[in-house]
Amino acid sequence: MELKQSVLELIRRAAVDLSPDVEKALVDAFNREDEGAPAKNVMKTILENVVMARKENSPMCQDTGTLIFYIDYPQGESEKNFREAIEKAAIEATDLQYLRPNAVHSITGKNSGNNIGINHPFIHFHQWEKPETRIRVMLKGGGSENVGTQYKLPYPPLKAGRDLKGVRKLVIDAVVQAQGQGCAPGIIGVGIGGDRVASYMLSKEQFFRKIGQRHPDKVLADLEIDLYESLNKLGIGPMGFGGKTTVLDVFLEAQHRHPASFFVAVSYTCWAFRRKSMTIKNGEVTYD
Amino acid sequence: MIKLKTPISEQDIRNLKVGDEVLLSGTVVTGRDMVHKYLIDEKPDFIREDLKGSMIYHCGPVVKQHKDGSWSFVSAGPTTSSREEPYQADVVCEYQIRGVIGKGGMGQKTADGLKKCGAAYFHAVGGAGTLIAAAVKKVKAVYKMEEFGTPEAFWVIEVEDFPLVVTMDAHGNSLHKEVLEKSQKVAEGLY
Repeated sequence: MELKQSVLELIRRAAVDLSPDVEKALVDAFNREDEGAPAKNVMKTILENVVMARKENSPMCQDTGTLIFYIDYPQGESEKNFREAIEKAAIEATDLQYLRPNAVHSITGKNSGNNIGINHPFIHFHQWEKPETRIRVMLKGGGSENVGTQYKLPYPPLKAGRDLKGVRKLVIDAVVQAQGQGCAPGIIGVGIGGDRVASYMLSKEQFFRKIGQRHPDKVLADLEIDLYESLNKLGIGPMGFGGKTTVLDVFLEAQHRHPASFFVAVSYTCWAFRRKSMTIKNGEVTYD
Repeated sequence: MIKLKTPISEQDIRNLKVGDEVLLSGTVVTGRDMVHKYLIDEKPDFIREDLKGSMIYHCGPVVKQHKDGSWSFVSAGPTTSSREEPYQADVVCEYQIRGVIGKGGMGQKTADGLKKCGAAYFHAVGGAGTLIAAAVKKVKAVYKMEEFGTPEAFWVIEVEDFPLVVTMDAHGNSLHKEVLEKSQKVAEGLY
C-alpha cells in the first residue's frame, strides 16, 4: 500500500462518485417534485449528471472545492508523512483533472495551479487510541461555503433567545438567506456552542454523517426531524426554482460554551455532497 | 423548448419570459470574478466581438489540454452569479451581451440593466458539471489564462443545446425575487 496512491484514489472517489446515501436522497427528491415543474427537470438533470460523472470518471461539479482532510492516526505515526502524501496526491489529482486548481494566493491573486498553498489542503490531525488510521476528505464547494454563517444568541432581529427554540430560528433564517445560492437541495450542519472556531468546526464535521443518521440524543434528533420538515416547507426548492425539496438533511451537534458566549454556526453544503473516508488497518485500505 | 442560436437579436430576448426553457447553441464566453472586474476597469477591446450578441457564462471550468495544444472542457457547471452584481448591468450594456448564464440569480441592479439593454438571465443547473461539459463542442480561444488562472480566464467556447431556464427576463421579472418573498412569508409562520 502506497499512501499517496491510496489518497489519490480517495480524492478521485470523492470527486466523481457520489455516495449512495446522497444519491438515494436525490432520487427521493426527484420523485417528490411535480411532473413538468422546473424543479423536476432540475432533479432529473442532477441525477443524469451523477451517473455520467461516475461513468466518465470526471468531476461531477467543476468546483471541486476546498480540499479538507481529517486524519485520525495511532500513536507513533508522523504527521509530516501524511502531509507529504496528501500534497503529492493533490498535485496528481489536479494533473488528472479530478480536481480544478483551487488554491489562490489571497494577496497576489495568483492561482498556484496545483492545489497546494498556505494551509491548502487543510488537514485536521487527531491522534487516537485505535490501531488503525482513518483519513476522511471533504471537497467543499465555494458557492455553498459562502452561504454558511455564524450567529450569536440572543439574536434580536428574530427574537431568538438562548435555547433550542432560538437555535431553530437561526437555522431557518440561514436557509432562507441562502435561497438557491448554495446549490439546493443542500445539507445543513449546525454547531451549537464552543468558541467561534470550534463552533464552525463542529458544524462542518457533521457532514461526515450519513443522510438519515439521527443524533443519538433524542432532543437533538427530534429537532433535526422538525427542521428537516420545516425547511422543506419554505418552497425554495432545487436551485431555488421553487419546489418541495430545499434540504436533504439537517445534522445538529452541541458542545460546551463560555457562559458569556452562545455561538451557532450553520454550514451548508450543496447537493454535490462530496465526502469519502478510508481506513488503513494492517496495511489494508478500505473505502467508504 | 425554445432553441436559441448566437448571435441573438434583441427581439428574440424580449420575447422570452421567466420559466421558459431554452436550448442554446453558438458562442459563449466564460467570465467570473476577475473577468467582470477587468471588463469594467480596463474596457478591453479584444473580447468585444465574441461578446456582442452572445452570452457570458459564470463558470470556472475543469479543462484538459491535448498534445496538440488544443483544449477541451471536462466539467463546466455554473458558479454563483451574485458576486458579479456590482458589475453585471454595466458589462451587459457596454459589450451588448444578450444573456447572462449562471446560478442563484442576481439583484435589482442587474434586473434593471437587463431590461434597459435587452438581455436575460439564464439559469444552468448548478453542480451538473459533467453533463454541461458534454454540450461544449469546442474551445475556440482562451485569454488571460496565465494571469487569472484556469477557473478565472476568458474561455470562448462553442456550445450545442446547452439546457437553460430563463429566471430573469428583459421585462423586469425575476423568479428569484418571487421565491425569496414567498419563502420569507412561510418562514414568518415557522418561527
